[in-house]
Amino acid sequence: MLILQILLNAIVLGSLYACIAAGFSLVWGVLNVINLMHGSFIVLGSYLAWGAYKALGVAPWTSLLIAAPVFFILGYGIQRGVLNRVIAAPVLVTLTLTFGLDLILNNAMLVAFKADYRQLVLDPSLGSLSVGSLVVPVDRIVAMIFSLLLTLALFFVLRRSRVGRAIVAVRMDRDAARLMGVDVPSIYATAFGLGTAMAGCAGVLLAMIFPISPIASGSYLGKAFVVCVLGGLGSVPGAVVGGLFLAIVESFGSLVLGPENAVTLSFGLLIVFLIVRPQGLLGKRGFE
Amino acid sequence: MAEVLVLEKVSRRFGGVQALQGVSLSVGSGEVLGLIGPNGAGKTTLVNVVTGVRSASAGRVLFEGRNITRLQPFQTARIGLARTFQIVQPFPDLTVLDNVAAAALFSQRGTRLSEAREFAAEQLEFVGLGQFAAKSAHTLTLAMRKRLELAKAVAMKPKLLFLDEVNAGLNASEVDHAMVLIRQIAKRGITIVLIEHLMKVVLTVCSRIVVLQNGALIADGTPQDIVNDRRVVEAYLGKKYAQLSAARG
Amino acid sequence: MKQRVYYGALALLVLLGCLPFLDSSYALRIGTFACMYAIMSVSWTVIGGFTGYPSFATAAFFGLGAYCGGVLINKGWPLFAAAGAAGVVAFAGALALGLVLLRLRGHYFAIASLAVAEVLRELTNTATELTGGGMGLNIPVSVTGSSSVMGEASFFFWAMWALLLLTFIVVRLIQESKLGFGLVCIKQNESAADMIGVNATIYKSLAFAFSGVFVAMAGALYAAWVHYIEPPDVFDVLFAVKPIVMALLGGLGSPAGALLGAFAFLGIEEAVWRNYLQIHSGVLGLLVVVLLLFLPDGMMSISKRLSQLGGRRG
Repeated sequence: MLILQILLNAIVLGSLYACIAAGFSLVWGVLNVINLMHGSFIVLGSYLAWGAYKALGVAPWTSLLIAAPVFFILGYGIQRGVLNRVIAAPVLVTLTLTFGLDLILNNAMLVAFKADYRQLVLDPSLGSLSVGSLVVPVDRIVAMIFSLLLTLALFFVLRRSRVGRAIVAVRMDRDAARLMGVDVPSIYATAFGLGTAMAGCAGVLLAMIFPISPIASGSYLGKAFVVCVLGGLGSVPGAVVGGLFLAIVESFGSLVLGPENAVTLSFGLLIVFLIVRPQGLLGKRGFE
Repeated sequence: MAEVLVLEKVSRRFGGVQALQGVSLSVGSGEVLGLIGPNGAGKTTLVNVVTGVRSASAGRVLFEGRNITRLQPFQTARIGLARTFQIVQPFPDLTVLDNVAAAALFSQRGTRLSEAREFAAEQLEFVGLGQFAAKSAHTLTLAMRKRLELAKAVAMKPKLLFLDEVNAGLNASEVDHAMVLIRQIAKRGITIVLIEHLMKVVLTVCSRIVVLQNGALIADGTPQDIVNDRRVVEAYLGKKYAQLSAARG
Repeated sequence: MKQRVYYGALALLVLLGCLPFLDSSYALRIGTFACMYAIMSVSWTVIGGFTGYPSFATAAFFGLGAYCGGVLINKGWPLFAAAGAAGVVAFAGALALGLVLLRLRGHYFAIASLAVAEVLRELTNTATELTGGGMGLNIPVSVTGSSSVMGEASFFFWAMWALLLLTFIVVRLIQESKLGFGLVCIKQNESAADMIGVNATIYKSLAFAFSGVFVAMAGALYAAWVHYIEPPDVFDVLFAVKPIVMALLGGLGSPAGALLGAFAFLGIEEAVWRNYLQIHSGVLGLLVVVLLLFLPDGMMSISKRLSQLGGRRG
């Protein structure tokens, strides 16, 4: 029964990991930019949910409706205004640039909210669901369902919508897409906006479960990295598979090796995957 | 004539495509061998397998009697195999001189940088790029980059040199100049395998020609044999033309 | 031009060695940090500048060195032996790791090198018996034999300064050597380098090892200097990023530039730190962004532009 309970927890966690990583993976795959701000965007989303609930009594799932457009615009603007100027520069430059931007954003949050942890406590509590001896808090189930829905939504945007097809075309062959009349800079900005919106929404959902602090951004970013590499770069199904895989490995790894080794395990897995299977569980080999 | 390079039933597949199928071939010391065939016949793959860029799926490659099938490119470079690339591969931000000096320096053990630069300068004069020695390689025109590629290859003091389409994209007078250079390189005693589309060049420079088609060797002989070989004509110009010319002949 | 910058930087470095005569403990502390950061940025130049591999492993080397040094000093090793051992461990480790990691390129290499620090940090966290784990490691031993505070400060300044001098000279020698030439070839066209006989795997691993050895030794000195280290402190991701920013500030690929970049960066950082403690990291971020957007070739690009204006041949 313990095994089943752990598996259940891992699936809930894995769905959230998928949501964390999907936007990160999109930006990496399409723009070939590793966005080190991703973790801070997530935390900012959590603060948004916390503030909306505390001040206005807006439930987190309703906050998603605000978070998605707000973060989309934020991301779109950052890509257009800043990142786009160095988009053709070597890896080192784009990576360091997003690091600098992250320092600014994270510092701003530290000043605004202080480093101590805040918690969004739903009142009344949603209680928990139990089947046999398995117990899951309902807020976790809600978070899981919404993160899967969001990930699915991103998948369908990329699959079905005009702009989504353009994003995929740019990912596959930028120059060919340009020749076919795709406005590449605007697609880049849209993709970055979508990635940022996913981060913000993930943050909203995570606020229901985890304490909120600017300090948490690094660990969210780390999860996004690992999930992305495990699942395969730039693909939404890859993020889902990678997220679930990571959560399961972490959960059972903690059981066997002790919880203090979970992070080592996931980063060890990251290095092994980079070397042995850089294309991830699904998907094709990325750029370089 | 001693054999420098021997291929024994060398095969290479890429997924489902058989890029080379059981190619056996030997190249004699001092020979200028033409390697021709239609696009996609496997010529560049053959060079890649010999120089270690790709590994052979089956078969053996012997260089001066030594099995080199499993060697890495940097190792084949050090034992005396050099090549030029169809698509030129300079070090773009190094000077033209240092491009060639690098080739001289790393292909031979125990060379000093100053010696390598001296030797490189001579090779640049040889290909006619002496006056561009101090320029960055990326500033050269295509024709000059091809000559730089040649200078780099020669600076490695190879025993065997693969020239992969050194004339592609050059105009008539540039081609003539390249032919002179190839002859002079051969005179130094370097064995040459020339991959070439221009029949004029192959027929005048090479003493022997081999033909690849769909990864297999279909002909091997003197230039005279090759132009009269029906299968070669077929491979190049299609069956119909071959039948026609046979009927006329 | 290149030579002039090199000798200028060297002269500045020698001059810096006179810092203890100012008899200011504040100056000594800043000076020691300046030397430490310069060791990192000059070392990083070997892998990031010459070879063109975006390494974020500096934090890993530093933390590894700090813990090696700290543990050995606590076991009774003399400081310089402990620092030397830290260097050897880092060099050998980087060489072995490099054979595997340097098959990756671009972002993949960047992330893998970043992950190395994470893994080492977590391992240090859990190896409580050896390292003290999350509680940190006390290094109470006074290795200097000096009883005065100023005496100890001067000692560590000179030790760090001497290590910087060594780093700078060795990196410069690498740049002038066959190894350095090969690394530049690898940076510009790795497959072409391979074709002319450069053993890229070994060369890259050597570059990686040289980018780590002095950083690890600096870590050991740091541990002895501050007497207390903990995993989040010495495996800080900022130790991976700051050297890169410093090298960028100095103009990529030049050890002299990395040295001057480190000093300039630290000067700016110190001013910011003193005046805007709360928004210190935000200002740092702003500095990084401005630098990357407006001075892509670092401070050198200013002088380069000036000399281009001066005459065609520059």
